[in-house]
Amino acid sequence: MESSFDEFKDIPGTTIFTIEKSREGFWLNQFCMSLRTAPNRERFLEDQRAYVDEWKMTEDQKKAVLDRDFQRMLELGGNVYFLSKIFATDGLSYVQAVSTMTDMSVKEYQQMMLDGGRNVEGLRSLKKGE
Amino acid sequence: MAHISGGISTSHVPAVGAAIDMQRTQEAYWKPMFDGYEFSKKWMKGNTPDVAIIVYNDHASYFGMEIMPTFAIGIADSFAICDEGYGPRPIPEVQGAPELATHIAASLIRDDFDMTVLNVLDVDHGLTVPMSLMFGEPDKWPTKVIPLAVNVVMNPQPSGERCLSIGKAIRRAVESFGEDLSVQVWGTGGMSHQIQGSRAGLINQPWDKKFMDDLVNDPENLQYKPHLEYMIEAGSEGVELIMWLIMRGALGEKVQEVYRFYHVPASNTAVGHLILTPKAE
Repeated sequence: MESSFDEFKDIPGTTIFTIEKSREGFWLNQFCMSLRTAPNRERFLEDQRAYVDEWKMTEDQKKAVLDRDFQRMLELGGNVYFLSKIFATDGLSYVQAVSTMTDMSVKEYQQMMLDGGRNVEGLRSLKKGE
Repeated sequence: MAHISGGISTSHVPAVGAAIDMQRTQEAYWKPMFDGYEFSKKWMKGNTPDVAIIVYNDHASYFGMEIMPTFAIGIADSFAICDEGYGPRPIPEVQGAPELATHIAASLIRDDFDMTVLNVLDVDHGLTVPMSLMFGEPDKWPTKVIPLAVNVVMNPQPSGERCLSIGKAIRRAVESFGEDLSVQVWGTGGMSHQIQGSRAGLINQPWDKKFMDDLVNDPENLQYKPHLEYMIEAGSEGVELIMWLIMRGALGEKVQEVYRFYHVPASNTAVGHLILTPKAE
């Protein structure tokens, strides 16, 4: 039985979308959901600032959206499946968008995946350093 | 009486759907993965069920954060295809099995599973990519579908024990339905993958392969694997694999492994796939 969300914070390079984070990210994620229709996607791309201002997001969340800083959006309560509506609107694939959260270029990331993906060794625990 | 005739597990990577829809399955990148499903498509032609109960998760395609059901069952006549941001996939609508679905929903609730009942539902790649992999590109899907949506997006997700148990309850529900129907249960998602943070791209082949072994032979122990282990070893999105336990629970104590396939990568993900049939107890 898991009793706390704190243990997730020990996983390196990982933000677990918990029920607590979902409160913080509610409007950010709802904004993302609005991009499921083509007319909204067009309207967003036409004037992004005006579109994000229609939502009750914090200024930090809005800035992260406009900067396409997906890592920051995760930290501010976004979930990647919601955020995918932003990069879909930009015409980007999951690989293209996801690689921006790593220290690799898209090409390097794709090559890593072709080579079998990122190895878990050394990436299990921040505390234990393993 | 209705009966469980088989179980399918498969990853449900969105890029796989895109590769099918854009006729790219024979390209060098994709061919080895799609070749792995050739056996399955042939097997499915000879073993098409009347109804497939497809256990999947919505990816913020239908459910926003207003409502996040832990277990939800679709009892509608049909299910439209979601626009996930790229426009809806060009595939036929999914036909429901409202009579059986209603029976199962009621049976599960009486069995203490507090189901959310969906009279309207649009389905996303989590449900449709497995259908494309198993059926190809027909003008009309050859089987009716009962979508069973599980929250694996927001933690806490249902426990492994709960997932195996609801699978067993689905079997009881199916076997108490009066009409003679062949029913498969599909568990979708996984295998190891992480699509966020600096640890994105994580793949753990030994862990995935052990998971498949244990799912087939030792589900009673596998059910106790904590979510934290899925997240650490199989990536933050690897926790989708709890949905495979639902399929396994529905098949009974012993199973025959008809087919197994494993491939890395499809986009960010390790693809795993099993075809199981129940063994007489």
